[in-house]
Amino acid sequence: MAAFDEMGLEGEAPRRVYAKVARWLEQSPPELLASRRAQAEFMFRRIGITFGVYGDKEAAERLIPFDIVPRLLSRREWTKLEAGLVQRVTALNLFLKDVYGARKILKEKIVPEELILRNPHYRPEMIGHRAPHDVWVHIGGIDIVRIDDEDFYVLEDNARTPSGVSYMLENREVTMRLMPDLFAAHRVAPVDDYPDELLATLTSVAPHPDVAKPTIVVLTPGPFNSAYYEHSFLADKLGVELVEGRDLFVDNDHVFMRTTLGPKRVDVIYRRVDDDFLDPLVFNPESVLGVPGLIGAYLAGNVTIANAVGAGVADDKAIYSYVPDLIKFYLDEEPKLKNIQTYRCRDAGDLAYVLERLDQLVVKEVNGSGGYGMLVGPHATQAQRELFAAKLKADPANYIAQPTLALSTCPSSFDSGISPRHVDLRPFVLSGAKGVRIVPGGLTRVALTKGSLVVNSSQGGGTKDTWVVDDPLEGEEG
Amino acid sequence: MLARTADNLFWLARYMERADFIARTIEATLRLEYLPRGGDGDPQTEWFSALEAVGAHESFATKHGELTEPLAIDYLTFDRDNPSSICNCLEYARANGRAVRTALTAETWTAINDAWLELKRFEATRRAAKELSRDALTSFLDYVKKASLDFDGACYRTMLRNDGYYFNRIGLFLERADNTARLLDVKYHLLLPANEQIGGSLDFFQWVAILRAVSAATAYHWVYRDRVKPWLVADLLILKPSMPRSLIYCYDALDRALDDLARADGHSGAAQRQARAVLSKLERASMTEIFQSGLHEFVTEFIEENSRLASAISEQYLFV
Repeated sequence: MAAFDEMGLEGEAPRRVYAKVARWLEQSPPELLASRRAQAEFMFRRIGITFGVYGDKEAAERLIPFDIVPRLLSRREWTKLEAGLVQRVTALNLFLKDVYGARKILKEKIVPEELILRNPHYRPEMIGHRAPHDVWVHIGGIDIVRIDDEDFYVLEDNARTPSGVSYMLENREVTMRLMPDLFAAHRVAPVDDYPDELLATLTSVAPHPDVAKPTIVVLTPGPFNSAYYEHSFLADKLGVELVEGRDLFVDNDHVFMRTTLGPKRVDVIYRRVDDDFLDPLVFNPESVLGVPGLIGAYLAGNVTIANAVGAGVADDKAIYSYVPDLIKFYLDEEPKLKNIQTYRCRDAGDLAYVLERLDQLVVKEVNGSGGYGMLVGPHATQAQRELFAAKLKADPANYIAQPTLALSTCPSSFDSGISPRHVDLRPFVLSGAKGVRIVPGGLTRVALTKGSLVVNSSQGGGTKDTWVVDDPLEGEEG
Repeated sequence: MLARTADNLFWLARYMERADFIARTIEATLRLEYLPRGGDGDPQTEWFSALEAVGAHESFATKHGELTEPLAIDYLTFDRDNPSSICNCLEYARANGRAVRTALTAETWTAINDAWLELKRFEATRRAAKELSRDALTSFLDYVKKASLDFDGACYRTMLRNDGYYFNRIGLFLERADNTARLLDVKYHLLLPANEQIGGSLDFFQWVAILRAVSAATAYHWVYRDRVKPWLVADLLILKPSMPRSLIYCYDALDRALDDLARADGHSGAAQRQARAVLSKLERASMTEIFQSGLHEFVTEFIEENSRLASAISEQYLFV
C-alpha cells in the first residue's frame, strides 16, 4: 500500500511546500548529512535530553533518536488544522464539565452511561465539582495523522499528562543551529513562545483571581520517571519550582511547599503525575509520589490542578469514537477534523467484525498509551493475533479497533541515504480562562523502522522538527 | 528555594569536591610509593593513611583482609562498594544535579554531565582490563581533577548570586575544610616541630606529599620563600588566609556565604553563629599556641566543630 508522502516520492515532482527541502536533500553530500546527524546526537546527549524506557534497565537513560530532516506544513494547512484542534479541545472541556456536572450528554443518551461510569479514569470524587474556570484539559496533546493531502485525522486525544513538548522546543534549537541555511530559506513560525503561553495559561486558572502572581509549581514523580527531563525543562523555562510530592504538604486545605525559608503557599500545580498517585488519602494508598490531603485542598477550591483530576475520561479510546458527536452536541458545529473509523468491541456486531479481520486492523486497549497493549494486525504473527483474539473475547469492552491506516510518510536521513518513514503529529493545545492557544506545529514523531507504523518513543520511534512555513507567493519558486 | 533543592545543591558541591580530594590524595600517595625505601619501610603504611584521610580505612578493612596497593587504588577509584569512591562521588554528584536541573545553569549541568559521560567511558575501560595500568590511572586522576575544576568554574562564572549559589559554596567549603582537617589528622605526627631533621629525611617527601594532596606545593614556596618545614606546612594549611584550602580560608568563605544567605533571607540563625565562632577562633589562633596545646587535639576538635556546622545548616535550611 503506497502511503502519501508529504514531500513527494522519488521520481515525482516535490510538493510545493517541500521544494526547498527537496533541493537541499538532493544537493547535500552524504558526508554533510552524516556529520549533521552526528552533531545532533552529540548535542542531545550533552544537554542530557534523555528518555527513560520502562522495563529496559540498560537503557535507563536513552536518547530519543532525532531525524534531522524537518517536517513541513504550509500555513494554509496549519490554519485549517488549528481551527479543528480548538474546536475539539473546546468540546472536550465542555464534555468533562458536563460529565461531572449536569450529565446532559448521558441523559440524552448521546454517550452510553456505562462508558463513563465503568471508565477507570472516571473519578466519582469529582462529581459536582467545577474545575476552576471550567478548564479541565489545560494541556492537550491531540495526535494527528494524514493519509492524503486533503484531510487531517485525529488518532488519539491525550487529556491527562501528554508529554513531548520539550522535544518540540529542543528540536527547533538543534535544527536552527545545524541547518541555518535551510532554516533561513523558509519563513518558519516560531515555537519558542510555548513556555510563555503555558505560563499565561496556568496563571489564568489560579483559584483566587485576587492573587496577582500566583505561585505555580511543576509536580514530577522524580528523576526516575521517563519524562523527568521534560519536567525539569518545563519548570526551568517557566521559572517555577520543580517539586516532588514530598516537597509539598497540606495544612487546613491549603497546599504549601517546603522551602529554605519555611512553608510557601502554592496556587497552581502543573502535575505530571497520574490521578492515581496524587493523594494517597483518596486514590492509591500505596503512593509515595503524592501529597496527602491534596484532593481535599483541590475540592475546597484552594488550588488548581492541571490537568484537572478526572480529565482522563476524555482520553479514553472508546470515548474517542464519540468526539464528533460531542462537538455537534455541545457546539452545534460540524467537526472540522476527521475521526478514524472506530469499531467498539463492546458492541457485539463490531466485535464479530473485528475478530474476523484481525489481520487487517489495529486493535488498541481503550486506556492504553505509549504504544503498549496494541496489536497492529497486518504486522503481527498468527500467534500474536490469536493471543489478542482471546483477550478480546475475554474483555471486549476494553478494546477498540481501527483500520490500519497508510499513515503519511516524510523523508528521513539515514547512513544508507534518504528514505520515507511514517509520521504523526502531536500539537500541544493550551486551554486557559481566556480561551484556547496553540503554538504552530507540534512534535512530529517518526517510526524509524522501515514500514513500521508505531511512532511511540518507548517503541523505537524518533522525532523531527516541525515547521509551519508561509505559503510560497504566487509565482515564487517553491 | 525548595529545601530539597538546597539539599541537592549542597551535596552536589560536596561530592565534586570530595572526588577531587581523593584524586589528589591518590596522586600524592603514588609519589611516595615511588621513593626508594629504607630497611624499615612498610609499603602499606602510605595506602593505609590515604584510606584514613578519606575516611575509608574501616570499610576497606571489612571488605579486604589484606592491604595492597592495587586493592587500595581500586577501592578509592572504581569500587562501587565504597560509598566515597571517586566513581560513587561523581555518580551521586550527578544524581543530585539531575534532581535539581532547574537550579543549575546550562554550563554547570553540562560540566557535571560531561564528567559523568566520561566516567562511563573510564568504567568501561576499567571493566575490560584486568588491572588498571599506571597510564590509565594517571589519565583518570587528571580527568577527575579537571571535572572538579570545570564544575567549580561553571558555578563561579555562570550561577546567579542567590541562595542556590550560596548553598553550592557552603557545600564546597564545608567539604574542603573537612578534607584538609582529615589530612592533617592523619599526618599530624609528621608536622610537629620536633620532627625537623636537617637534610636527607624521608619525612621531607612526606611533607611535600601533604602539600601536593591539597595542591599547595607551589604555593608554599611563594608564601614562605623557605625550604619545606613541617610547622610551616601546618601553618599554611590551618592559618594562612591566602591559601584556598586552609581551614581559615574555608571558614572565611563559609562565613561569607552564610551571611549572604542570611541577608537574602532576612534572618540568621545557629548556622551563622557556628560559622562565625569557628572563624573567630581561627583568627585568634597562632601556631605556637596550637602546637603547645596539641596539634592533634586542635584538629580533632575542628573536625567536630565542622560537622556541628553541617548539622546546624541541615536543621536551619534543609528540614532533615
